[in-house]
Amino acid sequence: MRFRAKMIDIGCFNHFTRVVNTISKLTKTCTLRLTTDKLYFILSDKVANGGVSMWCELSQGNFFDEFQLEGVSTEHNEIYMDLAAENLFRALKTAHNAKSLKIKLTNKHCPCITLAVELPSLSRVSRVVTHDIPVGVIPKKLWNDFKEPSVPDFDVSIYLPPLKTMKNVVERMKNLSNFLVLEANLNGEMNLKIETDLVSVTTHFKDLGNPSWGDNGSQDSTQDRDPETMMDVKVDIRKLLQFLACQQVNPSKVICNIVNKRIVHFILLHEDVSLQYFIPAHA
Amino acid sequence: MRCVVATSNVKVLGKAVHSLSRIGDELYFEPLSSGLALRCVNSSRSAYGCFLFTPLFFQHYDSGAPPGGLEDSSFRCKMGMKSVQTVFKSLSSLDKTVEKCEIDLNPGGNRLVFQLHCKYGITKTHNLSFQESESLQPVFQKDGYANVLRAQPRLLADTVVHFPPSLEEVNVTVSGERVQFRNHLEDEQDASKMMLTEMSLDADEFESFQVREETGITFCLKELRGLLSFAESSGLPLSMYFDQPGRPVVFGLDDPVLEVNFVLATLSDEETTTHRERNRSRPPQADTSHDDFLSDDMDSYMIAMETSAVGGAEAQPCSTGSDQRRAREPVSAACSSGSKQQRGLESESEEEEEEELPGTPPQKRFRSLFFGSVLSPYSQGANQTLRNQEVLAEASDSDPEEQEEETAKK
Repeated sequence: MRFRAKMIDIGCFNHFTRVVNTISKLTKTCTLRLTTDKLYFILSDKVANGGVSMWCELSQGNFFDEFQLEGVSTEHNEIYMDLAAENLFRALKTAHNAKSLKIKLTNKHCPCITLAVELPSLSRVSRVVTHDIPVGVIPKKLWNDFKEPSVPDFDVSIYLPPLKTMKNVVERMKNLSNFLVLEANLNGEMNLKIETDLVSVTTHFKDLGNPSWGDNGSQDSTQDRDPETMMDVKVDIRKLLQFLACQQVNPSKVICNIVNKRIVHFILLHEDVSLQYFIPAHA
Repeated sequence: MRCVVATSNVKVLGKAVHSLSRIGDELYFEPLSSGLALRCVNSSRSAYGCFLFTPLFFQHYDSGAPPGGLEDSSFRCKMGMKSVQTVFKSLSSLDKTVEKCEIDLNPGGNRLVFQLHCKYGITKTHNLSFQESESLQPVFQKDGYANVLRAQPRLLADTVVHFPPSLEEVNVTVSGERVQFRNHLEDEQDASKMMLTEMSLDADEFESFQVREETGITFCLKELRGLLSFAESSGLPLSMYFDQPGRPVVFGLDDPVLEVNFVLATLSDEETTTHRERNRSRPPQADTSHDDFLSDDMDSYMIAMETSAVGGAEAQPCSTGSDQRRAREPVSAACSSGSKQQRGLESESEEEEEEELPGTPPQKRFRSLFFGSVLSPYSQGANQTLRNQEVLAEASDSDPEEQEEETAKK
């Protein structure tokens, strides 16, 4: 297995750093899947994560100038590995004015992702910073754990209000309750509700807009329903807050799909990077 | 004893105090005839910092030393670092609001008075209690060092930024043309979990690069950061004096009105080489532009994974069986060169030597105490056994005051 890639554009560094920063805020360790044309940051829905799962996909062509991959075998030309996103972010963070960035899969004292950053210097010889991030290579027989999640058969699909506003509201609510009910309808209305013994608080958002998904099964079933009907899901408030706080730059749009009482699915699209985040309903 | 500091220098004084606060909890205050010395040492005696402000720094300076007397100063004391920091609390507003700072001993002789004369007729007076103390004098000679590097502090600050703020120890290795900074791993830390960072700088980036001995030293970065932030704001070139591991490294700033010295202990030789060989499988001079895939071959590793039980990995035949710690770590495949095996065996014997060092405290193994014979015993036992000077600090059951009197008589 071999992997090497090179990035030289500052805009690409910054963008990639932002993506990795977002990932590092959502989870401590995640799985990095490399294919010849894409990179995936995956968090599978294990009990240890509280059932949340994440799927983030980017096209390597938009970031790297050189990208060479030799996977596990010729039919399975991919590599899966576990890594701590925070380490990757820390290594990238100080490379913002780098001349070039090389990423390689290496085997030093253990398998590592090595980043070699070439920085401008006062002399004719550039400064080189190398970071060796230990990774755990995942054997092929476990790859099934990391399949792409399918878009669930949702009952409502709606655009979220500006993340910053939503985050501020949920942050205050976190002090009052551990669980929050997120409900929305096909009329562009969304409510965030918490309820305790002493108090219940609801924040209402309207005119949010509902994305159209074209012709598919879920759309048919929802068309029969009254657009005013609210579909809701009760989630762990900290998981929701973690998602709302992860994004640094305001994304174009965030789509929220709700399967009544089961799961909420967020899709975040920003400059050709797509991030999906699933939070299951609290039992 | 009386000193008066004018406007812009008050901020410098405040920065010096904050910089020393990164080292320890007590500030030693000693007005000498050559200037005011502010010093600090850490609890394990492995780091020392000193700011010497010459009389030129002050608007008015009177050390209080009797003229023509044999004593260099009349008064020396130590104070709680936090109390002094409170005097110089918000650095950014210091130069905007403070016009003058006066430091005097009060008439009763039991309080050191810091008086800040600020704008709009406001005067802030801090009466700090202190303890009389002996002089804190480390033993070091800047002239005696084989290697001296001098650079703008910006260079070192730019290097240090790549290392995590929590990083304790850094290893600096120097050769004729380059210097390398690496994070240093303690024995107990698992190399397969830690991110390793390495940065190399070319000799050309330094104002002066004098290397007479190619060597590597390991010291604690945390205590140095305080000096780096002061140095950056002062714009003065920072000099670094060092040679063999075990000998303390000295960082200095020089200016007509101010002399700063930070002395940090370094890890002694056996410990440095053991760590380095265990944790790095490539030589320090590795060129990252050598995109040699042979050394990146993962296939043998993958094969081992498939055939072994889930979660386990069998040791590759070339990893030295004698190096017990390495066998417990995940497999490191393809030890391609025989020289690596040799080094592995060497490190094993050095490990044994290390274990025999009596009374080595588990965390810090620095050769710490390099101070002259005028200290009173503050630290109980930490690193006492590694001193190669006479042990003056008695066990904790003896009366510290009696000790001071005895040493003062010497």
